[in-house]
Amino acid sequence: MRVVKVGSALLVLMAAVSGAWAQKSETEKGIDKYREMIADGNPAELWEAEGEELWKKKDGPNKASFETCNLGQGPGVVKGAYVTLPRYFSDAGRVMDLETRLAYCMQTIQGISEPKVTSYNQGDHKKIVALATYVAAASKGMPLNLPQEHPEEKRMYELGKRAFFYRAGPYDFSCATCHSAENTRIRLQALPNLTTNKPAGEAYTSWPAYRVSNSQLWPMQQRLNDCFRQQRFPEPKFGSEVTLALSTYMGVNGKGVASLAPTIKR
Amino acid sequence: MDMKKLPALALFIGLALIGGCAMNYTAADFDRLGKDMMKASFQTRGQAHIDRINQDEVNAACSAADLSGKPIDAALQRRLEAAELAKVVYPADGKFLGDWRKGEVEAQSGRGATWSDKAGEPNGGNCYNCHQISKAEISYGTLGPSLYQYGKLRGDSEAVVKYTWAKIFNAKAFNLCTNMPRFGHEKMLTEAQMKDLMALLLDPESPVNKN
Amino acid sequence: MGSPMRIRARLAGDAADVRVLMAHEMETGQRKGADGQIVPAWFIQEVTATLNGKTVLTAQWGPAVSKNPYLQFKVKGAKVGDKVALSWKDNKGDSRTDEVLVTA
Repeated sequence: MRVVKVGSALLVLMAAVSGAWAQKSETEKGIDKYREMIADGNPAELWEAEGEELWKKKDGPNKASFETCNLGQGPGVVKGAYVTLPRYFSDAGRVMDLETRLAYCMQTIQGISEPKVTSYNQGDHKKIVALATYVAAASKGMPLNLPQEHPEEKRMYELGKRAFFYRAGPYDFSCATCHSAENTRIRLQALPNLTTNKPAGEAYTSWPAYRVSNSQLWPMQQRLNDCFRQQRFPEPKFGSEVTLALSTYMGVNGKGVASLAPTIKR
Repeated sequence: MDMKKLPALALFIGLALIGGCAMNYTAADFDRLGKDMMKASFQTRGQAHIDRINQDEVNAACSAADLSGKPIDAALQRRLEAAELAKVVYPADGKFLGDWRKGEVEAQSGRGATWSDKAGEPNGGNCYNCHQISKAEISYGTLGPSLYQYGKLRGDSEAVVKYTWAKIFNAKAFNLCTNMPRFGHEKMLTEAQMKDLMALLLDPESPVNKN
Repeated sequence: MGSPMRIRARLAGDAADVRVLMAHEMETGQRKGADGQIVPAWFIQEVTATLNGKTVLTAQWGPAVSKNPYLQFKVKGAKVGDKVALSWKDNKGDSRTDEVLVTA
């Protein structure tokens, strides 16, 4: 009889443990509730509206708007552009992401010879932030579908993968240090596994995002910039190859995932 | 030959040549291009000098292993781990434990060494980013194992003390491709700071070991 | 004069959907700064919204409202081209007004 009692006690214990394993902690439930609450009313809409105005506004020495700017889906086509970036552009002869392509159109269409885009939200970059939010929002819900046809697009993917696993700096950190495992977090911030499809797609398309903690709207270049800062790396130059390569790596990994941008984050 | 066809033919050959050249990258080519890209894409800012992009043998080996998805060669791992252990500097005065109260403050701090931190200011340990440490602090990360009751579970034998010191100083000495930084070897923490963290983990009066 | 607000007023049916992001520190007066001293209370106390000059919303806020407040509301009977103005006044006597036209 003693054996039976021990056995059933063990069963009860195992059931309790497995139940607890499947449930979220109270802390995690609280965070989910907070996210739900702040998602209802995202200040990013204000940047989206500003971006739409800037897209149509005649500006620069050429007094031209962005309405002939080709983001990959044809001149002036905004819907669906975000989910196919970065991609190769034959007129520029290289792969470009959303922000570098917008800067390119600013230069070639509006005639602004050297757009000031190297400092976040300074000079011309202020416009890029709003334009990027507008363009990204137009692809909301559409599946990520970065092209991988052109050799340059494939090269970017391969280089992005190498950048992702590149350990350096006084902390020996790579992107993979934080972003290559399931169910891990830094402090209480969940870390998406960017090597797998759903987390990569959701993480990638959650930028541009409004960050409540600093009241700033961050497109992807700024997010990558701050990642490297926290990794104790030197600074990635705006629009540099590593930023395009990593965006390509994440976007391709996230193929098929429905775009979330623009989102709101803590 | 039909002269009208010539330009088209030339174009076709030209494109085929360009396409062919671009298509023939090997994995080794991508490895090399990747390293070149890291050097070219970054710049010094604040105290984050461009030299930080250079990899030592450990980082190069572990990055290659991570990329391949396969564990690092066992013999290479043992050789490099031994080399890292040899780099550990133990306290000259033979004292390993500092003040656990200061240790908790250092463990909580995530500051230091970035380009937005002032050079020369003390760095934090960043410990709670990855580890549970005291029971009271619920805002802890799970990238590393829990250190709660660290001393209580292990005791304070000379072996445990020396191991713990060496682990904080140069974690790569014990597990080459660990995610944990080499706080002493990279001079991210001072000897005094590491002694405080030792006390946080091993002092019986530390909240880590008290309940 | 405080920092500019971002405002959008878009017609949705017979009402204008207004969204405003205000730039304000909204200090509670209970927080200690890096120097260990209490940071003085500094927060928006009054908010007013008008449609073509006529008041449609007033609010009394206090230190419970967070930094850079985000406000959403609907105004019935608005038409495209109507002027929506948002004003705030804070406990230090500073104030700010920004306006926008209702768009389609």
